[in-house]
Amino acid sequence: MTNRYVFLYASAMVIIVALILSGAATLLRPLQERNMRIEKMQNILSAINIPASRAEAEDLFNRYIQVAKIVDHQGEEIDGDAFEVELQDEIRKEVKDRQLPVFIADVDGETYYIVPLRGAGLWGPIWGYVGLEADLVTIAGANFDHSSETPGLGAEIADRSFEQQFRGKKIFDEEGNFRPVRVIKGVAPPGEPHLVDGISGGTITSNGVTNMLRDGLEVYISYFEKIRSS
Amino acid sequence: MSKDNNKQREALFSPKNKKLLTNPLGRDNPINVQVLGICSVLAITVQLRTSLVMAISVVAVMGFANVIISLLRKTIPPRIRIIVQLTVIASLVILVDQVLKAYVYDVSRQLSVFVGLIITNCIIMGRLEGFALNNKPWPSFLDGIGNAAGYGWVLLAVGFFRELFGSGTLFGYQVVPDAFYRFGYENNGFMILPPMALITVGIIIWVQRHRDRSLVDIS
Repeated sequence: MTNRYVFLYASAMVIIVALILSGAATLLRPLQERNMRIEKMQNILSAINIPASRAEAEDLFNRYIQVAKIVDHQGEEIDGDAFEVELQDEIRKEVKDRQLPVFIADVDGETYYIVPLRGAGLWGPIWGYVGLEADLVTIAGANFDHSSETPGLGAEIADRSFEQQFRGKKIFDEEGNFRPVRVIKGVAPPGEPHLVDGISGGTITSNGVTNMLRDGLEVYISYFEKIRSS
Repeated sequence: MSKDNNKQREALFSPKNKKLLTNPLGRDNPINVQVLGICSVLAITVQLRTSLVMAISVVAVMGFANVIISLLRKTIPPRIRIIVQLTVIASLVILVDQVLKAYVYDVSRQLSVFVGLIITNCIIMGRLEGFALNNKPWPSFLDGIGNAAGYGWVLLAVGFFRELFGSGTLFGYQVVPDAFYRFGYENNGFMILPPMALITVGIIIWVQRHRDRSLVDIS
């Protein structure tokens, strides 16, 4: 086979593959984006322990999430659509420039505050949502996810049994000092409100969750204080 | 017409073709005998569920990739055949991932990391290079499915032992009764780490060679 043939063959192959893949990506994009929006709604609802199937996520989200707003690190409100804020861009900015989304839910008269988090695991980013009860101290629920943690090890942070541990934990101590929940190696002593069990074989991802909770919640302290004093 | 059909069907699963399907399960097993694809065996066999998802994905990709390469086999320039094979595998995997993301989002969430791992699986390229390039589409398809299944069962076997002894569960359900734990039984944390996958594969190889001496005396 001549060089010419090889060259033409390679070019044709690249063009055909590019056409097929970009065609598929363009055609399927609207469906995929819709799926991602629904997943985000499911995750936010899951942070306040409302299980939602894909079909009902949108309805439940509209029913329970009363307010979605953006605040800055001093707790002042900023204009914008909280749902569309991409946390991966925000965490690269300096703290004073960040847009911080807050979702406020009303479930049968109980108020919950849900804040998004984003951090780093072992292989890639990890993210999640933490739901706080009306006292802004107690965690009502948490939802975590990841892009490429090791299946069966670090990836377990997205497992319901790991997330459930956060229920009832506290992010401020009794004197009112900020003390976020930490994921520790091994088993957390029972009744300890600031520690949860780590994942065997997933220590770096576990530490990633600890850091994400610390850095992600810290920026909201002023906002929390503002609400509590009002 | 029906007679014709029968004739053809017989030919489709002739003894030779059947061997393509069954040999990789045993004496030609890609993992146990050819020692390929070990990297993914170490990575994703902590649980049975992930092993199963990976096994199914590889069956699908290998079946298709083998057929496509086999159809193109007479046109592929030998000098760039590896690049062509890789392109076919990668595009196939991306395409499947895109479709899953659009129509069965939950499945695609489970596959997340595996997609990348499928592309790097050396068994797939090994079969394209070693079989599909020189054979017709149908035998290539059988060879692909057979090898993927051979890979799959080892994956499931390793996943079974690692999840059972490492976490006391199977498919996420607890199978080791709480009573055992009260008597001092503990999950073996070592089972969760990759080295134990290697040792488990080693034991499977050992058992297989013990039972089939021809694998040992082949030299």
